[in-house]
Amino acid sequence: MLSSKAPRPAATRLLAAGAVLTLGALSLTACGGSSSSSSSSGGSTAKIGVSLIVKTTSNPYFVAMEDGAKKAAQGGNIDLKLAAGKSDGDEDTQIQAIENAISSGDKGILITPNGPAVVDAIKKARDAGLYVIALDTPPDPASAVDITFATDNFAAGKQIGQWTAAQLDGKKATIALVDLFSDKVVSVDYNRDQGFLTGLGIDTADKTKNGDEAKTGKYTGGKGGDYEIVGNQASQGAEDGGRTAMETLLSKNPNINVVYTINEPAAAGAYEALKAAGKDKGVLVVSIDGGCTGVNNVKSGIIGATAQQYPVKMAQLGVQAIQDLATSGKKPTVSAGLDFFNTGSALVTDKAVAGLQSIDTTAASQICWGK
Amino acid sequence: MTQQQTAGPPSAGHADLAEEFLDRQTPLSRIRNLLHRYPALSPAIVLLIAVVVFGILNERFLRVENLSLITQQVAVVGTLAIAQTLIILTAGIDLSVGAVMILSSMVIAQLAVSNGVPGPLALVAGLAVGLAAGALNGFLVTRFRLPPFIVTLGTLNIFVALTLLYSGGSTVRGSAMPGVLTWLGSTFPIGPVRISTGVVMMLLLYVVVAFILGKTAWGRHVYAVGDDKEAARLAGIPVSRVLMSVYLAAGAVLAVGAWIQIGRTNAASPNAGVDLNLDSITAVVIGGTSLFGGRGSIWGSLLGALIVGVFRNGLSLAGLDVLYQTLAVGVLIIVAVSIDQWIRKVKS
Repeated sequence: MLSSKAPRPAATRLLAAGAVLTLGALSLTACGGSSSSSSSSGGSTAKIGVSLIVKTTSNPYFVAMEDGAKKAAQGGNIDLKLAAGKSDGDEDTQIQAIENAISSGDKGILITPNGPAVVDAIKKARDAGLYVIALDTPPDPASAVDITFATDNFAAGKQIGQWTAAQLDGKKATIALVDLFSDKVVSVDYNRDQGFLTGLGIDTADKTKNGDEAKTGKYTGGKGGDYEIVGNQASQGAEDGGRTAMETLLSKNPNINVVYTINEPAAAGAYEALKAAGKDKGVLVVSIDGGCTGVNNVKSGIIGATAQQYPVKMAQLGVQAIQDLATSGKKPTVSAGLDFFNTGSALVTDKAVAGLQSIDTTAASQICWGK
Repeated sequence: MTQQQTAGPPSAGHADLAEEFLDRQTPLSRIRNLLHRYPALSPAIVLLIAVVVFGILNERFLRVENLSLITQQVAVVGTLAIAQTLIILTAGIDLSVGAVMILSSMVIAQLAVSNGVPGPLALVAGLAVGLAAGALNGFLVTRFRLPPFIVTLGTLNIFVALTLLYSGGSTVRGSAMPGVLTWLGSTFPIGPVRISTGVVMMLLLYVVVAFILGKTAWGRHVYAVGDDKEAARLAGIPVSRVLMSVYLAAGAVLAVGAWIQIGRTNAASPNAGVDLNLDSITAVVIGGTSLFGGRGSIWGSLLGALIVGVFRNGLSLAGLDVLYQTLAVGVLIIVAVSIDQWIRKVKS
């Protein structure tokens, strides 16, 4: 054993010995496992396994979702496991998490899919008898999961569109549309944008396409009036992107008085651009999301109105649905007229308008994202 | 001072024998000598312990289906780790491995689906992409004598951009591809276990590369160049040519990795493999290969990849949050490099 040289063949032999040893120990523990584990793992066998797989934990929206699931799991007989992609779009890690959920004998999976590549793994899970619920983001195709719990983004967009029309009070609307992406088409992007224009009373032409509507014309919402669309710009849903997008639109037309934004970080960025241009007064900025930060921005007047969505509720209802399924066999059903279960949205503003249901920022900040 | 040491029970009887060899031959230093001679030993021990511990924590962990699953989960990173090992053995590092693999997989999938190129030809094109990428890295490292870290940091960005430009950001579904492209995602039964062909392909690559590294002059040259470039040159080894061939070989391995990746996800996605470059380095480092080059074993990298896979799967089955899995991998890396540093002191 203490021979001085001959490195490689000896190394392989040693490695082979190690491998055999590993396998030996493996089979040993495998035999002993069944008897010993029942005592060591406690009563976990009777619990209902649920895996929540979010896009990434670097986004507070998904952290709120995790908190909602944790809370829902506390009361019941639920064994909740949390997983997440390393970044938005990381499909590989989500696929591994789905496989681990199957392997650990879970009853159901709650997932916000990161992309089309997870669909194959979802199918494997459903084939293995797991109930799969998509949260927030429907997969592509939507039929890949058993059901989706999400915000009706078109309805949420419509709410802020109607509010904008009422605020305009017949004035001419010069509109900036700060969207999510310009290089790819995702449903949340066009549903919110087209919902907003529909609420304002503008014909959207193709409802699944941003930017194909007539650039000038009349809006019919509220008292009605003339409108002009300055353009669509992508923000990536972030502050820096929102600012750049707004700067570009302002240089196209400095008279913008209506700003639609895909979410509140983009709205905050757009506001910075307006402020730098000295236009922060008298411009209607509207958004969608309803996180605590966003609601605070409504309170301080940066955003005129936002539509609050409820990711916490999505997760809670998801956990509840799988528990119900396991105990009574009852399956959740889609909302009337939609191909998913609508977890709802509420208009948040401190400038309520007649005939439009809304909650003020004090109420909204107590339930931001539904917590 | 020998009697103060409490470690290493097997060496207790040889205490006098040890004193004949060296005055500093304590049980601890003997372990160190052993680890120095067999770099794959420490990862093998870690893997063994991890498997036993996770087996006790959750009975489902040791089920054959789960163990088979872990091997499927490490198939891609394990393959990338082969390429990474080759380069790290030459005291280099390759940050572009994941990006090259994804570029290659997108080319394979797009050619087959959008351009109607037959499956096998598309795979050959993917191999060409891998080789071209390896050639670019190798050329920059050998001709311009740029540090591999900087070269591959640059090419990482280039390949990521090329992938997005070429694919337009869209995923190609496996259902649209010819069967040969997704073949490595299929499984076949051995007794009660289902084995993935992708895993078999990865293991085959390990066997081939282990043979070449261990039994051929080229393999010896790779170690020699990594250990001491100047000494290798003086010994008549064509250092630049060896380095270039290492980068080319790595590129070819990455193309096979692309094939495995397509099979594994049953899709070619430009968003895949975000952190695969770092994951492959992690596997190599945990596998006991020295980042300073010239020391390490290809089998260690397989063990390293398996250790990471076992930790992620085991912690997940134990119900731990994904962030703790990342935390555990971080601790593993630091422990592995510390052990490497400690072992290196053996050389005086």
